[in-house]
Amino acid sequence: MIRVDERLLESLAKDKDFNAQACFNCGTCSALCPMGLGLLPRELFRYVLLGARDRLRELSDVIFSCLLCRLCEANCPRGVRITHNIRTLRSYLVKDEYRIL
Amino acid sequence: MNTASFKEDYKKDILALLAQNLGFRGSVLPLPSRYFTSWAKGLGLRRGGEVVLYTGHMYQLVPVIRLMEEQAKELAPEKRARLARLARWINPVVNVSAFSRFMVSAAARSRYERCLQNIVSLLRLTGLEPGYLYGVEKYAGALAFDLGLDGPFGRHAARVARRLRDKGVKEIITVDPHTTEVFKNVYPKVVPGFDIRVRSYLEVLAEANIEVRLPWEEEFVFHDSCVYARYLGLIDEPRRLLEAAGVKVLEPDQSRELTHCCGGPVESLFPERAEEVARARMEQLISLGRRVITACPICWLNLERVRDPRVEVFDISEILAAAFLGKI
Ligand code: SF4
Ligand code: SF4
Repeated sequence: MIRVDERLLESLAKDKDFNAQACFNCGTCSALCPMGLGLLPRELFRYVLLGARDRLRELSDVIFSCLLCRLCEANCPRGVRITHNIRTLRSYLVKDEYRIL
Repeated sequence: MNTASFKEDYKKDILALLAQNLGFRGSVLPLPSRYFTSWAKGLGLRRGGEVVLYTGHMYQLVPVIRLMEEQAKELAPEKRARLARLARWINPVVNVSAFSRFMVSAAARSRYERCLQNIVSLLRLTGLEPGYLYGVEKYAGALAFDLGLDGPFGRHAARVARRLRDKGVKEIITVDPHTTEVFKNVYPKVVPGFDIRVRSYLEVLAEANIEVRLPWEEEFVFHDSCVYARYLGLIDEPRRLLEAAGVKVLEPDQSRELTHCCGGPVESLFPERAEEVARARMEQLISLGRRVITACPICWLNLERVRDPRVEVFDISEILAAAFLGKI
């Protein structure tokens, strides 16, 4: 069972630039990623939409592996702000999991 | 300890270490300020002023990072993790990398310092006489921002902005893409009222139509930095300058807005992965030629790490200096 965390969803809802919900799973980003981060935008964002905080924690290596190079973003047909979204997840982990304030 | 939690702790330690260094010393690495300013000796750069050259410490850090990497390679991952943990505890009191500093030889530093010196000379060709903030200049904080260290980054940015304001700076001329991006697009969002004009030296040079003295008339492969190309849209400027310098620019399949990252951004947390990405990019570049030009010190560092001895990697300022100043 995935533990849904309302707080995570709420904190992301406050960020107007966070637009993972625009993703329609086409897979363009995963196909282009030089880090081979197949999981990244599609599934990761789905966990976010579900508020699955535990899964995010398990996937923190992936979240911190992104180069923020924007190759995916430049080619995303839905205009998902992938790197901004990833950075937002990092800030969340840094604050809520690693307690670096 | 299982591998997952061991890796998790390592990541946490590195992040905490970065946050600490930024908080205590205003830098990603705890080095004394004279280490960052020695390149400017004898150049007669004015102290401060409305228009200043802002190095952001990136070129100065390259030789230190290379040395630290070489030292870290000798260590097993567990040992590296223990060192990160130890550093985190003693860091606030002791300058942990003070020992490394003495081992970065003048020879290893000189090439990077010369890049900065050349950039000043190139800017002077346009009639501009930039000032320099010397020890007042601090690292801009790009890495902390990228890693999601919002608290430490925000406090640091506020301090840096205050210093700039106190010194009456109106415009900064940057030398690398990361510093440019963070000042141009991030500071205005996190520091209320930040309105300092930010330009890359490549923009300044490209606008100026400076005259070439010793045209190259040779081919080089050009590697676009992701940040210049996709964050800042600085794509044509380096090409215009290189062409004016007589360089025949060879374009890899992935170039301009489709450029392939050098791997550098994950270096601090996942050095092995950074190297894999650099290798993949290097393959693309050297399929066209053995001489590569980069425009970012991080790209330069990362490609240099995987360079075959028959391949040469140059910083764009070296190539421009040779043509426009008639010296290397
Ligand atoms: S390219 Fe854009 S729309 Fe397609 S999967 Fe990636 S984020 Fe979603
Ligand atoms: S920004 Fe991140 S996810 Fe996108 S292509 Fe680059 S490394 Fe992959």
